[in-house]
Amino acid sequence: MAGDVQHDYHLVNPSPWPAICSLAILIMMVGAVFAMKPDAELFGMSGFGSYMFYSGLIGLFYTAFAWWKDVIHEGETGDHTGVVQIGLRYGMILFIASEVMFFVAWFWAFFNASLYPIIPTTTNEIFDVIGQVPVWPPVGIETFDPWHLPFINTLILLLSGTTVTWAHHALIGGDREGMKKGLWATVLLGGLFTCVQAYEYSHAAFGFSGGIYGATFYMATGFHGFHVLVGTIFLAVCLGRVYKGHFKPDHHFGFEAAAWYWHFVDVVWLFLFICVYVWGG
Amino acid sequence: MAHANPTGWKRWVFSTNHKDIGVMYLWFAFIAGMIGFGMSGLMRMELAEPGVQFLPEFLGMTEQQARHMFNVLTTGHGLIMVFFMVMPALIGGFGNYFVPLMIGAPDMAFPRMNNVSFWMMPPAFILLLLSTVVEGAPGMNGFGGGWTAYPPLSGTIGHPGPSMDLAIFSLHVAGASSIMGAINYITTIFNMRAPGMTIHKMPLFAWSILITAFLLVLALPVLAGAITMLLTDRNFGTTFFDPAGGGDPILFQHLFWFFGHPEVYIMILPAFGIVSHIISTFSKKPIFGYLGMAYAMAAIGFVGFIVWAHHMYTVGLDVDTKAYFVAATMVIAVPTGVKIFSWIATMWGGSLTFPVPMMYAIAFILLFTTGGVTGVVLSNAGADIALHDTYYVVAHFHYVLSLGAVFGIFAGLYYWVGKMSGKQYPDLLSKLQFWVTFVGVNLIFFPQHFLGLNGMPRRYVDYPDAFTYWNEISTLGYKVTAVGVLLFIIVMFYTLFITKKRVGDNQWGEGANTLEWTLSSPPPFHQFNELPKIK
Repeated sequence: MAGDVQHDYHLVNPSPWPAICSLAILIMMVGAVFAMKPDAELFGMSGFGSYMFYSGLIGLFYTAFAWWKDVIHEGETGDHTGVVQIGLRYGMILFIASEVMFFVAWFWAFFNASLYPIIPTTTNEIFDVIGQVPVWPPVGIETFDPWHLPFINTLILLLSGTTVTWAHHALIGGDREGMKKGLWATVLLGGLFTCVQAYEYSHAAFGFSGGIYGATFYMATGFHGFHVLVGTIFLAVCLGRVYKGHFKPDHHFGFEAAAWYWHFVDVVWLFLFICVYVWGG
Repeated sequence: MAHANPTGWKRWVFSTNHKDIGVMYLWFAFIAGMIGFGMSGLMRMELAEPGVQFLPEFLGMTEQQARHMFNVLTTGHGLIMVFFMVMPALIGGFGNYFVPLMIGAPDMAFPRMNNVSFWMMPPAFILLLLSTVVEGAPGMNGFGGGWTAYPPLSGTIGHPGPSMDLAIFSLHVAGASSIMGAINYITTIFNMRAPGMTIHKMPLFAWSILITAFLLVLALPVLAGAITMLLTDRNFGTTFFDPAGGGDPILFQHLFWFFGHPEVYIMILPAFGIVSHIISTFSKKPIFGYLGMAYAMAAIGFVGFIVWAHHMYTVGLDVDTKAYFVAATMVIAVPTGVKIFSWIATMWGGSLTFPVPMMYAIAFILLFTTGGVTGVVLSNAGADIALHDTYYVVAHFHYVLSLGAVFGIFAGLYYWVGKMSGKQYPDLLSKLQFWVTFVGVNLIFFPQHFLGLNGMPRRYVDYPDAFTYWNEISTLGYKVTAVGVLLFIIVMFYTLFITKKRVGDNQWGEGANTLEWTLSSPPPFHQFNELPKIK
């Protein structure tokens, strides 16, 4: 069978991970619902939600780990020919495109609320607010000074964008030590960004619930923060792979995908900084 | 590298083979379709006569619960038919099976991700089914707010129970599955066409799946965002859609329809592709205006992204906004007309034969055009004020979906079942199946135009006596259609498991000239080990 294959495409071996992954997702999702509603009953049972959610989550993490381990192994053993690498590039670009559209939803919610603000009103109070002028940010919201920690975070992310490029050029030039330094710097800057963001959140004068400002702010910046975390892990995995001797100057798409993802996260932050922090503050 | 080919259950569960995964998608769509069809049957029996009598008796509930259950059924029917029947059949099933064959590729670009796309569908479906057996509306099971799930009805006021949360996660999982599938199709089509097959020589079905996949990648994440906000509104006290906290319920409708309108083209474009092949095959002519056909689909896909608010004419849009959305919506009729007339021009002067797939394809053109014409009526913001949320809308979208997309599925099945199974379907029984189904579905849905014009609201369990006559006809049509569905099951069961009659590599002759007909029936487990060269 394998002997007469005369093309460079990658016919992947059968794999248990997709099915196990799906099972983990089912467990996780059902668990999540009943963790959020601990008193609700499913077939007469209740209170199992968080156990179920975390078991599903562990299953998902394990599958992700095992699956990507297989991908890395295949990449290192020659399955990723030139044409397969082009395919992986398409895949990553499209994945990032779908992520962009995901952020479109948060920006849409933000601009809907900020360009057309309303006075928070229940049905019973509808006549009480006639003549009042709605403003953004809403009355009583104390926003962050964008030129304080958010600006520092902007600089941190922009700097990390340069360090990841340093690592890339070092890799292409065959400078393994330079690549390690560049990647270490990027991962540390990513971690620093997350810490600063967490510090900022903990000192916020508004919460996620109860008002549209906090809702749009935390949803947009929170999902961005989650993506920073994912990007940092992605880069950290690449760093570990450098120590294992992976990546060649002409074959290192795993690293490039991480770098693309990181730049995407960076650009989203610039939009968030300009729109949500500077203009919307 | 040695390539393992497991047998038994592992062949399917661990599969990385596009044909096996396509077959699993088709079976999944069949099962989900039967459940969705059963739900519409319960609704039709309830609407057979005025008053609320069938559901309380049949399901053994109080009248109050039955009223809610009717709405759960409309919601479940809509979500199942859209996400778990039409999309898995057309995109997951035919797309998986035939796109690699048509473009001369050995498999999909990401075979393992292909399998997770499929295997995330059963969990999504289970989540949706679970949502019908847990509390939704206060004291009652299931979510009854329609597939559009507008807040506040889908919020904690309307449905405080976990049912809505399960439905939200069902859509998240189904959406992730579709996004991964779409990324796979685009990569496959861009990267794995056979040598010499330029994008302008690519078969129209592959074109249709390519455009559909772009719509999925760009539209579904916005839905994911919208329902995530709905989830946090429900569970974490945010106020995205709640004016009491400065939010806006209309925002949800904008986000939903920014996804929802491309979604309707996601469902119909693959059917366009299938019908193009069938019309060309049985006219023994190349498709008329091939490039125009391809770019008409691209135009429909593009314009489909900028017409969403025509679903929202009654929310209080200002008149300029309405004027824009009316005009933009009507523009879609132009590339759609290009397609309709090109199909007719393909048949014109052709050497026509009328086997069952061709009958379904011609019926598709007729019925889809009917639905398209009522769509132009509804695109008028003024007329839509009267017709919004009436049975006229129900008739319209069932003409384009049930009688359009689903006829596309039937056409594709009859066209390709020989290729997929190597067996010949029973001709006479299949023709009977077509005619019974054709008469049945038109009996269901044509009278609904009259009901809608007379003001019968959709998504309601009861109606005034004045609407009785056409509802009786509609319910009669459902019974006829049920016979058609039964015949369909018999035909497919007979074809797959009983008949000994086999088909050759190309059962349709010289008109069928795409690459899948150069392979054996069924094709080998791995085709094109040596890539075909296209002149």
